[in-house]
Amino acid sequence: MWGTVPEPVIVAENLVKRYKEFAAVDGVSFEVAAGESFGLLGPNGAGKSTTMRMVGAVSTRTAGTLSILGMDPDRHGPEIRSRLGVVPQADNLDTELRVRENLLVYGRYFGLPRAQVARRADELLEFAQLTDKAKSKVDALSGGMKRRLTIARALINDPSILLLDEPTTGLDPQARHILWDRLFRLKEQGTTLLLTTHYMDEAEQLCDRLVVVDKGVIMAEGAPAELIRRYSSREVLEVRFGSDLNAEVAGRIAGMGDRIEVLPDRILIYSENGEAELVRIIDAGLRPITSLVRRSSLEDVFLRLTGRTLIE
Amino acid sequence: MSTLETAADDAIRATRRVRRWGSWYVAEHRFRVMRSYAQTVVVTAIGNPVIYLYAMGVGLATLVDANLGPDAVAGVSYLAFVAPALLASAAITVASEEFTYPIMLGFKWNPVFYGMNAAPIEPGQIINGIVISVTARMLVTCGIYYAFMLVFGAVPSPAGFLAVFAALLTGLGFGAVLMAYTATLTEDTGQLAMVMRFVILPMTLFSGTFFPLSVLPGWLQWIGWISPLWHGTQLSRVFAYGAEEPIWLSALHVLYLAALLGLGWTWARRVAARRLNR
Repeated sequence: MWGTVPEPVIVAENLVKRYKEFAAVDGVSFEVAAGESFGLLGPNGAGKSTTMRMVGAVSTRTAGTLSILGMDPDRHGPEIRSRLGVVPQADNLDTELRVRENLLVYGRYFGLPRAQVARRADELLEFAQLTDKAKSKVDALSGGMKRRLTIARALINDPSILLLDEPTTGLDPQARHILWDRLFRLKEQGTTLLLTTHYMDEAEQLCDRLVVVDKGVIMAEGAPAELIRRYSSREVLEVRFGSDLNAEVAGRIAGMGDRIEVLPDRILIYSENGEAELVRIIDAGLRPITSLVRRSSLEDVFLRLTGRTLIE
Repeated sequence: MSTLETAADDAIRATRRVRRWGSWYVAEHRFRVMRSYAQTVVVTAIGNPVIYLYAMGVGLATLVDANLGPDAVAGVSYLAFVAPALLASAAITVASEEFTYPIMLGFKWNPVFYGMNAAPIEPGQIINGIVISVTARMLVTCGIYYAFMLVFGAVPSPAGFLAVFAALLTGLGFGAVLMAYTATLTEDTGQLAMVMRFVILPMTLFSGTFFPLSVLPGWLQWIGWISPLWHGTQLSRVFAYGAEEPIWLSALHVLYLAALLGLGWTWARRVAARRLNR
């Protein structure tokens, strides 16, 4: 992919955002190529949203260099924003206006002619599967519909880069899948996506490449599969012995698998062959209440890198 | 030139419009929102002058004029005396609505300002857009008010229409400061209600609205001197019936109100820039 794309559209080097003494983002560097789908994965408070706001040219960086589409946000904030689509973490749709009006008004902020905005609004309502809701009040929409409207609004200026801050947080599984489908389409059309998430499955579904962020710094970078390969084993055996016994049992199975993580409610045994590990546990005379063999995920990568689970 | 440089150049060219007209796009948004409560705007714009001019200018005036004669106050009828003051108060009423709740809304309750700022709109343009839209609504309200003043026969001077602009300046001067103060509020724990009760109401009562400031004891007259409404009311009277005062005092009214407007506007722009850049 890198061979075919000459210049990255986002370049961040040692990006820092400090609020008084607290460094929300502490020396983050990454590059995003045109057409790439890039993720910032990390728990709440990792500095993802702050990074997004700096990339979105609405938050001045404390230090480091940042270039969006070849422009510096300090000098060309409005110009950069004219080429971005932004889906913030909390919907800020205008509840005083109707669904279609939200798009009409928003398009004008980009200086687009009314007729063009009107045409584009109808296309986007179609894309967001909201055509029959065009005249509804925003508050009458479901959470998933509001998100889709926010995405439609972010696309009104036909942006080069779409920034999505936790796009599916708070949505039910069905609404998430509809949204993912829409984002896939955008990706296919060549829109560059930069998204933050604390959902592993979302990152695996949507991101070509991602960085794992924790406490304002990048812990690892790579494609999802590559990160899993690098930081975890092929399979994971999850066993539960009950809250009281987990710690005690952990001592007895210490040597099993490549690595063991003891969580409050379960023990994870990382191995190339989960079933084989389960057999060894049972042979050792232990009887787990439940057991599950699954493939490693980004959750395991995160656990390995930070010693913590993503959603605490 | 690389593709990225070309793209950057295109973006810079395309954004010139927004850099120039962004404030108007924000005003456009406000007008669209106002449409959703257009009925209230129209009903108050027509209802207020009718009620107030009738109650004060006809009702109360009958009593005043009966006791003090047709040149009851400051050489004119009570109706002519009170009408320009009511006009200025009407502008203050619009200011107290439009410079408060839409600001709280945009920053906090339904944070549309953040959405505008995520588009190419700059924080200062958001404030400008608010000022533009409120000016328009105030102009309509004061224009209608003035028309009713004419109907009631409350405007002796041919230059009376200038009172509309005096009222406008009053509303904007006071409103700009109110807007800036509101912009600093991260939470409305009753501050705005306090402003209505302890700033706007006393200001209306003690700014020479219903009786000349000179009637008050000296130790209360300072309220008038710092009150934008008093300055606006006096200016409005100069135009409406040629109230006599030194020319420097009239100039002072204009300067004072313009200074408040400039101060509040600049302050609000700064607060907006600080709040939106998190």
